[in-house]
This record gives sequence, structure tokens and C-alpha cells, in this order.
Amino acid sequence: MKIHEYQAKELFARYGIAVQDQAVITNAEEARAAAERLGGFVVVKAQVLVGGRGKAGGVKLARSADEAVGAARSILELTIKDLPVEKVMIAPAADIGKEYYVGLTLDRAAKQFILMVSKAGGVDIEELAVERPQEILRFHINPLDGIDEAGLKACLSQAFETPHLLEQASDVVRKMYQLTIEKDCSLVEINPYALVDGETLLALDAKVIFDDNALYKHPDVEVMKNPEEYSRDEIDAKAANLSFVSMDGEIGCIVNGAGLAMATMDIIKLYGGTPANFLDVGGSSNPEKVLNALQIITRNPRVKAILINIFGGITRCDDIANGILMAMKQIDIKLPMVIRLIGTNEEEGRALLADAGFEVAEQLSAAVQKVVSVA
Amino acid sequence: MSILIDDKTRVIVQGITGRDGSFHARAMVTDGTNIVGGVTPGKGGQKLDEIPVYDSVAECIKATDVDASVIFVPAGFASGAIREAADAGVPLIICITEGLPVVEMVSNYHYVQRKGLRLIGPNCPGLISPGKCKIGIMPARIHKPGSVGVISRSGTLTYEVVYNLTTSGYGQSTCIGIGGDPVIGSTFTDMLELFEQDSETDAVIVIGEIGGEDEEAAAEFIKTRMSKPVVAFISGRTAPPGKRMGHAGAIISGGKGTPEAKIRAFNAAGVPVADKPDEIPALLRKQRGR
Repeated sequence: MKIHEYQAKELFARYGIAVQDQAVITNAEEARAAAERLGGFVVVKAQVLVGGRGKAGGVKLARSADEAVGAARSILELTIKDLPVEKVMIAPAADIGKEYYVGLTLDRAAKQFILMVSKAGGVDIEELAVERPQEILRFHINPLDGIDEAGLKACLSQAFETPHLLEQASDVVRKMYQLTIEKDCSLVEINPYALVDGETLLALDAKVIFDDNALYKHPDVEVMKNPEEYSRDEIDAKAANLSFVSMDGEIGCIVNGAGLAMATMDIIKLYGGTPANFLDVGGSSNPEKVLNALQIITRNPRVKAILINIFGGITRCDDIANGILMAMKQIDIKLPMVIRLIGTNEEEGRALLADAGFEVAEQLSAAVQKVVSVA
Repeated sequence: MSILIDDKTRVIVQGITGRDGSFHARAMVTDGTNIVGGVTPGKGGQKLDEIPVYDSVAECIKATDVDASVIFVPAGFASGAIREAADAGVPLIICITEGLPVVEMVSNYHYVQRKGLRLIGPNCPGLISPGKCKIGIMPARIHKPGSVGVISRSGTLTYEVVYNLTTSGYGQSTCIGIGGDPVIGSTFTDMLELFEQDSETDAVIVIGEIGGEDEEAAAEFIKTRMSKPVVAFISGRTAPPGKRMGHAGAIISGGKGTPEAKIRAFNAAGVPVADKPDEIPALLRKQRGR
């Protein structure tokens, strides 16, 4: 789960990470009072859940309250990477001496947390990692051991050259790590971590991503959820306990299991079709889930055909067949539907569907070719 | 032979009285697995059919020798269950449970590792040595005994591949689902090493997916250390970057974990990558005939 910069900064403040005073507005006129309160010379930043705001014109400096209103108005009219800007954050313009990058995330290969630090802050860290990897300092943290303080100091002292800066940076890393552990973050990033007024390091931007699997432990995090992170279909699918991702193709997919669901989409593409969605109905075989899945898929106007691909293990093919029959009674599905059932109780499932006039495929490739031809 | 498990493996089930635990404990017994006990705190002394239930793993191993434990408890209790099995010294711990927070798993991984034990999963279907032992949730009847090893990050996709192998006449030595999470107890490389050593495995299928760099590490291992033929499949070629595709670990992020990089790595290691699961048997035939 992603949160906005302003939310991440509120969280940082709770953890004692130095951030600036800020105001969040949804209407350009509100920028006037905010800018006046924050000293007149301010930065106005779009709050959207994607990177690249600066390049898209979503970050502007304003030297007066009037300018702030103008900046806020133009930013609120923007759509950045398909997301309309609905909120802007206003903060005092800082006198930046130097910009650093500090990020804490998971190193999947090492199975440890990894701190990444660079003196080349303010730039896209992914680009930096590809173009000048030697400019990124790396430091691992094994949670069973905690932070190796001597190692951390040795790492950070290569970027933060005075004792005063080193002390601030070490403190920030400890707090970022505490936040990561306590709130189950998959990323905590400060870019830029900026030197202002010659001696103070401040988080001028903030990015935090949370592990969806841990949200149940953190109601205070869950309330920060922004609905625009997900499409309406994704939200409804989640409520129905379906794993769903919207795509822009024409063939609606219902599959059991994430790996098979991905492979099914890939094979659709291989045969010249385009998948409209990723949908994993999961391991249990509640017929209700098939109904919910079909409801979500059939309301997508781009969908021209539906492919149901089930490999029964825990999931029973007869339950899936009953779900399909139940859905046919409750929703008027005019789209062509190709069904492939195999595995646990496949004979029962096929018989149920044959009685209702459906043709049921056994082989995946054949089923995909068929659905691509009718879409 | 087979890897990790055989007809003598003594297995316990953590969470045996729960809905999933009891269902799959019975299915494993039906499929020939030697289930010697179950654990559910507070239900010690009860029985599931003929299987004695204990309050803790420690109690259970006082009563019987144990080679492996399979965990079916809900996500909120799974880390505790993994550590309980590790504290009791169970050599092979298989966690079926899906939805463990990654921060917890990072600690769990090192906790098990430091005790010199082996963890498979979480978020996995388990493993099966057809005709000998099944520890997990896969349908045993699509398998058949043979000499092909299968390693996968997925569940039903593995069934699809195994079904294609079996119907093409290729039986399996052991099939392992290592799990779809970002941090898992055993990687492709760990399992490839065991298959390379196993005298009755003569080829291996690797079923990877987008996210992380385990497939790239596996390709490197195959290139430098593996003599047996390997065929791969990668799912998620159509997945958009930044989106988690069901499995918590199946996400292309920061330019890493792309299918192209994985396919390139396998090809560079001399491993053909099938475009569809039903192409795997033919590629296997070709590789074995080299």
C-alpha cells in the first residue's frame, strides 16, 4: 500500500524524523492562507501516488501567496500518469545546500534489509543504480542482530563528512529502521535528504510503502489508504476476496492460482489476444466467488469474451461449475465464454455444464485459441 | 531416490484440527504419507482419526521421532508456528500458509537458518515424491513416479506442468513448490543443488515468475555447477510493472524482476524457456537427447 508524501511526512514526524511544516489543500484558493502561514516563499507539490511529479510539472516554487494560488491551480488541473491531482502540499521553500538519498528496503536475494545512501540525492535512484552504481553506498541489516552501529557509521561517514551531519544521518537511519519494523514497511525513502541552512538535514520528500499482508496489524496505517491507488474493479474484487489486477485488453480471465493466472494471460497474448485482467479466485471453491468474479468482469465494456481456466486441486471443478450456473441465472451474460476445467471432480463439473449447454475444454492451449478466435 | 522426503519420512501437521489442516492431513494419509502426529495448542490428547494431537511440537517430539512438519495455521500465527518447529529441532519445516508479513519472514528465515534446519515456503503447495510421500496440498493423482525434478514458485501452475509431464510419459522424482513470497526458506538454487546430487533425478524443470532475482541466481548455478539438463518456464510476461500479481513476490519493481531478464539468464545458461506449459515435455526430450 502506497501513501502520499504528506502522509509519509506526518508519519516521519511521529517517529522523530525532521520534516518541514506543511499544509495540504484540495482547492487552489486555500493556497493563499497556507502560503502566508508558511512564510510566503513556498514550494507547491502535487500529491499523487506515482513518481516523476517534477518532470510532469507537479512541483512549483511560489514567491508570494498570489503565486502560490496560481501554482496550486495549475497543478490541480494536472493528470500525472493517468492520476488526476486532487491534493497539493505546500511547504516553505528551503535553502538547499546539498542533497542526499537515503532509502531502506528489502534485499530479496540477501534476505535482509538494505540501506542505500548516496551523495547524489534528488535524482531518480533507479537511474543512478543503473548508470553510476558506484555512487550508491549499501549497508545490510539482519533483524536478528539489529543495526551494526560500527558498520553503519563506516557506511554513512563516506557520505556525511562532519560529525554533526553523521550524527543526524545515523539517527534518521535508526528511526527509518524502527518505522520499517514496527509498521511493516517494504520501502522507506527520503529523497532528497537535504542539508538546509548549512547544518540541518531535513526530509524534503518522503516515500513509504507498506506490506499489504501486514495491514491487519496496523489499523493506523490502513486509515491512510488512498482509494485512487486501485481501480473500482480492484476495490470490489478485494472486498470479494479475489486477487485482481486491471489490464487494458479484451479477454476477461478467471483462473485459480496466481501463477496459472499469469501464465493464462501470457498464453492469450501468445495467440494474439489481449487479457482484460488478472484474476485469481483463490484456493477455496466457494461458488459465490465465481459469481463475484463474473460480475466484475462483465461490467468492463472492453471485454469481448471470457476465459475460465481452472486446475482443480483444493478447488473442486463441480463447485466452479455451480458458480458459473448460479451466475448465469443472476446476471445476463451475452459474451462468449470458454471454460476449461481439469483436476478434482472434473467429470462432475463438466457434466453440470454440459447439461446447461456449455462446451468445456480440457487442454489449456486449445481453450485459449478458442477464446482468442471469438473475442 | 527422491530429494528431502521418501516413504519413511515421519510427518507432523501443525494446525491439524483446523479446517485446512484436518482436510489435508486426511488427504496426505490417503496419499500414503506417514503422519505421526498433529499439533493444536489446547487440543492435546484428542485424535484426528487415528492421528494423536499434541499441545505443542515439543510435546509431540517427546512422543515420536519427527522428520518434517507441515504448517497450516492462519497467517497471524504462522511465524510462531515456524519458530516453534525450529525450537523443537524439526529438520524440515514446510509452511503452506499464505499472507505472512515480509518483515516477519526475514527474521524467520535467519532464525531457522541459524539452527541449521530447512524451511520450505511460506505461501507454497508443499512437496511430493510421487508414490512415496506427499507433504502439502497438491492433487497426488496427477503425478507419477519417475526421474524428473520439478521446482516452482507457484501452485496450480505446477499442477499444469506436472499434468503435461505425466501425460507425456515423464514421471517425477520430487516436485517442490518453494512459494510465491518475496522471502522464502528455500530457493531454486537450494533445490537445484539437491537435485544435482540425487542419483534418481536426471532432469529438472524450473517454473519461475516475475519478481526478484532467484531465477537469475538459478541460471548462474545451472551454468557453473549443474550437469543435468534443465528446462524453464516463466509466468508473468504480460504483467504490468509495479503491480503485485497475486503472489506477494510477483512484482516487477525498480526495473528488477522482469521476465526478459530471467529468460535471458536462462538462455545464457543453455536452458530453454518454454512459451507455454505444454511445450515443456518436448523441450525436455530435446535436452535429454543432447
